[in-house]
This record gives sequence, C-alpha cells and structure tokens, in this order.
Amino acid sequence: MTAPISATVVLADSDVARALKRMAHEILERNKGPDRLVLMGIRTRGIPLARRLARQISEIEAVEVAAGSLDVTLYRDDYARTGPRPLGQTSFPAEVDGKVVVLVDDVLYTGRTIRAAMDAVMDYGRPQAIQLAVLVDRGHRELPIRADYVGKNLPTSSEQEVRVHLAESDGVDEVVVATAPASAASATTPLATAAGPTRPTSPATARRRA
Amino acid sequence: MIPHLLSMQDLSVDQITAILDTAETLKEIALRPIAKVPTLRGRTVCNLFFEDSTRTRISFEIAAKRLSADVINFSAKGSSVSKGEGFKDTALTLQAMGVDAIVVRHAASGAPQQLTRWVDAKVLNAGDGWHQHPTQGLLDLFTIRERLGHIEGLRAAVVGDVFHSRVARSVVQGLLTMGAEVTIVGPPTLLPPRVDTWGTAVSHDLDAVLPKTDVLYLLRVQQERMGEQFFPSSREYARIWGVDRDRLARLPEGAVVMHPGPMNRGVEVTADAADAPNSMIQLQVTNGIAVRMSCLYLMLGGEDGRAADVGGRGSNSERVEA
Repeated sequence: MTAPISATVVLADSDVARALKRMAHEILERNKGPDRLVLMGIRTRGIPLARRLARQISEIEAVEVAAGSLDVTLYRDDYARTGPRPLGQTSFPAEVDGKVVVLVDDVLYTGRTIRAAMDAVMDYGRPQAIQLAVLVDRGHRELPIRADYVGKNLPTSSEQEVRVHLAESDGVDEVVVATAPASAASATTPLATAAGPTRPTSPATARRRA
Repeated sequence: MIPHLLSMQDLSVDQITAILDTAETLKEIALRPIAKVPTLRGRTVCNLFFEDSTRTRISFEIAAKRLSADVINFSAKGSSVSKGEGFKDTALTLQAMGVDAIVVRHAASGAPQQLTRWVDAKVLNAGDGWHQHPTQGLLDLFTIRERLGHIEGLRAAVVGDVFHSRVARSVVQGLLTMGAEVTIVGPPTLLPPRVDTWGTAVSHDLDAVLPKTDVLYLLRVQQERMGEQFFPSSREYARIWGVDRDRLARLPEGAVVMHPGPMNRGVEVTADAADAPNSMIQLQVTNGIAVRMSCLYLMLGGEDGRAADVGGRGSNSERVEA
C-alpha cells in the first residue's frame, strides 16, 4: 500500500529532439511553407517548445520564424471555482489577421486550456486558421478538440501524471509518466512543481493568491 | 485573497506587490483590438456613490467592463436616497438583489467598513470621508514603480492639504509599506493632528524639500471641505505651496510630479507645470483602470468571490425581511 511513486521515462532527450524535428516538417508540409505561420507557445512549457519549433523551421527553410507566448489564465473556465491565478505575459510576434496560428503546448489532456487559448487568440484578430501542436497527447479529452501535430500519443489513466521536463526550465529534456499509489491521489503533491497549464486541477496544484 | 479593500493599512508588501504585478499584465488588455477579457462573466459589480465623482466611478466602471462583469451605477442623486432611504436600507436592497462586489464612496469615514457587516458582497472602498482611498494609493504606487522601476528607497514629498485628504492617508501608508521615505509638506493649518505618529518627516518649507525629492505628490486643495479659513487666499497658497516651472526645475533629474485630480490649476499647481514632461497626472488616470481591474480580479475569484445568491444565504436574507 505504501509503494513509492513509480516514474517511467517515456521520451528521452533524443526522442524529444526527433519528435520536434518531425513536427516542424509536418507544420511546413501542411502549410506549404513558413510564410503565414505564427507560433504561439502556451505558458509555461509551451513557450520554449514554440521557440524550438520556430528555430527548427527557420533552419529548414532558411527564413526567420518568430515564436510568441500566450497566457490563457484570463480565459480559463475555472476562475469562478478555484479563484485567481498569477498572470503571465502574452506577446504576439506578428499580427494574426489572415495568418495560421499554431498553438504549441507540452501536454494535451482535457482540452480546456486549448479552448481558452483559441478564445484568447481570437481577441487579437481573425487568423486564417488555428492549429495545435503538442509534445504529448495523453487522451482524456473533455471537449471536442484534437491536435494537428503530436510528438507522442501516450495512453494514460487519469491517476497518472505526465511530466514534461525541458532543458530551458528543468535542465533536461524528458517526458516522464508517474503513477501515484492508488490509495492516495494526494500523493501527487510532490510532483506539483511540474504543473503545466493542461494538468488536472487538484487542490494541491490550485494556487491561490493573496 | 483580499476579503475586502477598505484601507491601505490592511495591505502587506506581498499583497500590494501582487496587485501591482497583476495590474502590469492587465494593462496590456487596453491595447488589444478587442479590449475585453471574459474573466468576470456572470459577476455583478455595483458602483454605490454617495458623493460626486467622475474619474473614480468611470475608472471602476471601465475596469469591471474590461473584465466582462455587469456593472450597475448607483448614485445618491436621483435614487431613493433622495427620498430618504438610509445607507443600511440601500445596502440591504443591493444584498437582496445579489451583487458580488460593491464599490462604495461615502462622505462618512468608515462607511465601507460598516457596509461589510450588512452584505455578502466584496466591498471596495472608493473613498470614505477623510479616511482612505486605497485604489488611488495603489494606482500611485503602480505609476511610480512603472516610471521609476522601484518604490523602495525613493524620497517622496506629499504636499498641501493633508488634513482633508483621504488620498494622502492612503498614498503615504502605501509608500511607507513599500519602503519609501516620505516627507509631508504644508502649512501647519492643513496638517492633521498627530502627524508626528505617521512615520514620516514633516516640513513647512517646500523649497528646501524639493532638491531631495524623487516623487513630488501634490494634493488638491479641497475647498469644498473647508468650513473655515485654513489659509488667507488661494493666491498666497499658490505662492508658498503651489508648484510652477521654477519649482519643478529644483527637483533632481528624473523626479516625477503626481496629483490625484481633479486639479485646481493655478492653486496647487500651475497649468504649465501640470503639463510638464515629468508630470505623471495623465498616466495616473490611465493606470487607475489596470489597478482597479487587478483588485477586482484578485477579489472576485473562486466560490467565495460570488455573493450573488438571490434569496439564499439565510442570515442576510432574514435581515432583509426583518
């Protein structure tokens, strides 16, 4: 019953690099080049991923592609339940009117973050299309949303926790699946430091402010 | 979470910093093609103003609307207050109708505090008597931090009619909390009793203070609150305490001039000084919206941010019926 949390590395750093490289090619293929692309990383771990995809695309096409950052806190559907969260900056590298906005996030889970992100983008203009790129799709959607570009499909149970570590913030590139002891869901607390936008909101991760 | 926003004195360094940080992000919303976010959909904010106000009421109204809250404006003129309805009955009426936040301005010091005893809604003090005007103090701190990069260690001079000024009480407390040095400057008749307990320096010589001032905060001469003579004439006040181009020139490089508005041009500040490049007066007004959005955002979230429960909440609905 007191079994320790088991954590399995499902993507190592070379796997992450290969996945991002393939996704960059897929984005270019689907959109017939980089001309209208605006890559928007969803805070927090989507931001370095968007930068890396932009760098890959820039290398492949030999043109500069910029990445922006998107904070969806003000568009979330749980403000009335869990209260205010700290806000982050949103910055678009270019106008979005008529562009293809590629949302980039680390883990696709319920889809609620992506719903919020689409609403946020629409407030900045009328993109020609919005697409979605995620490093990991772990299933368990609660909204009719799917990703256009997926690094890895990762079937999980909702008790499991998917942690994406990136060199920029965590010193290493890897994706880890952690399984908490079945008896206590709250045992995931020590992992809450890795909480990203798509994580299930448990009392432990729901941050409150003064 | 902040339960109610009544006085600057209630706020810690961390709480003030959280409000300013949040305001910094929210300020960007005004620049978007669609200057509105859906965060406070379904929340109702009532502006309950028993005293005249233009900028504060409009600022709160814009702030609430940019966050998609519904806004009700209630001013004493033209309401049932002019039919003799008392403060408590007005409050209980709003309670029964179910509003989530009440922004209140009242001539009596302590009125917002009293309001919190009657309603479930979050109460934001928009100025009570000579007591407090916390959102003004917060927007001033925000403007100082935005322009000068920090607040701690700055030398601020608060000049003029401190006695009648709720703004002064809020801004001085805020500056002291955030680690600034404050000097209160004015004629002895316009300084409050026991000003020595405020934790500030006191001076009656504006020209001596100017060269050691990073933030020159001018207060409005509140002629409407002055039942008796506090100084011989406006012209004499302007000569001794008013700020013109010459006095601005004595400030150190990079110093800023602030005023909570509305200005008496020609009394506490000349027209050309008010419009000088280091005058923050218009920026203060702009920043007021972001700071008030921040307060609403931080106060109205979560289950306990919702008071609109018409007919529910036993204790208070019983009181309405009683």
